[in-house]
Amino acid sequence: MTANLPFLLSALVAVWATFMVVTRAVAIHALLYLVVALLALACVFDVLGAPFAAILEVIVYAGAIMVLFVFVVMMLNLGRPDSLRENTWIAPRIWIGPGLLAALLLAALADALVMAAPGGGRIAVIDTRQVGLALYGPYVLMVELASFLLLAGLVSAFRIGRHIRDEDAP
Amino acid sequence: MTATPAQALLLASMLFALGLLGVLVRRNLLFMLMSIEIMLNAAALAFVAAGMRWHAADGQVMFMMILALAAAEAAVGLAILLRLHAAGRPTLDADTGNRLKG
Repeated sequence: MTANLPFLLSALVAVWATFMVVTRAVAIHALLYLVVALLALACVFDVLGAPFAAILEVIVYAGAIMVLFVFVVMMLNLGRPDSLRENTWIAPRIWIGPGLLAALLLAALADALVMAAPGGGRIAVIDTRQVGLALYGPYVLMVELASFLLLAGLVSAFRIGRHIRDEDAP
Repeated sequence: MTATPAQALLLASMLFALGLLGVLVRRNLLFMLMSIEIMLNAAALAFVAAGMRWHAADGQVMFMMILALAAAEAAVGLAILLRLHAAGRPTLDADTGNRLKG
């Protein structure tokens, strides 16, 4: 059981930080907790024998995407009235129904896991070389499709995020 | 004894349930986007756990696809958010999103 300690610790930190993300009223606090959750998840990936996924999680998720969120929070310039309104939006009675639904989903998933346990097996580290061979071998079409997706995201973000004032006078 | 796929899948289910709770409860668009990121991460963890179970690299390939999807989703979602804010909307309430124009 002691060999399992890194996984258990990271999993505990991930779940706790995720719970804090969902329950915070101030956006930047939730964002910082989300970064902690992502770093803990990167540790979980590393324990599961996926070091490349762990590094990508840190660089792309905790690095790039979270910085995007932080910039948006800075640009929105949310102040004290916003956090006060947020506090009224997350009153305790609102949590009952969704909490029951989420608990039901979790119970169903856990029950399915208990009924059909995926079995054990030794953890083999799958290194970057194997991932790269798979990525540019059988999955090369998906790489192209992902580039389409990223280009579409770039173009639509550029189009949506343009200055409004520029088009007021057509 | 080391971490088993069942434990990893249980962690993924817990994270997914928490993300779902966030999407259902929060009315702030920014928090809904963050919860969607949590759910995508849980799905990625399930893929990595499956790849670990079968000793295959396919799980990490799928993880990278989810990464690309999450990046595109965050970029477009945050751009829409900024657009709503720039249009003079004082709040990030998701229930007022149907008044988006232009």
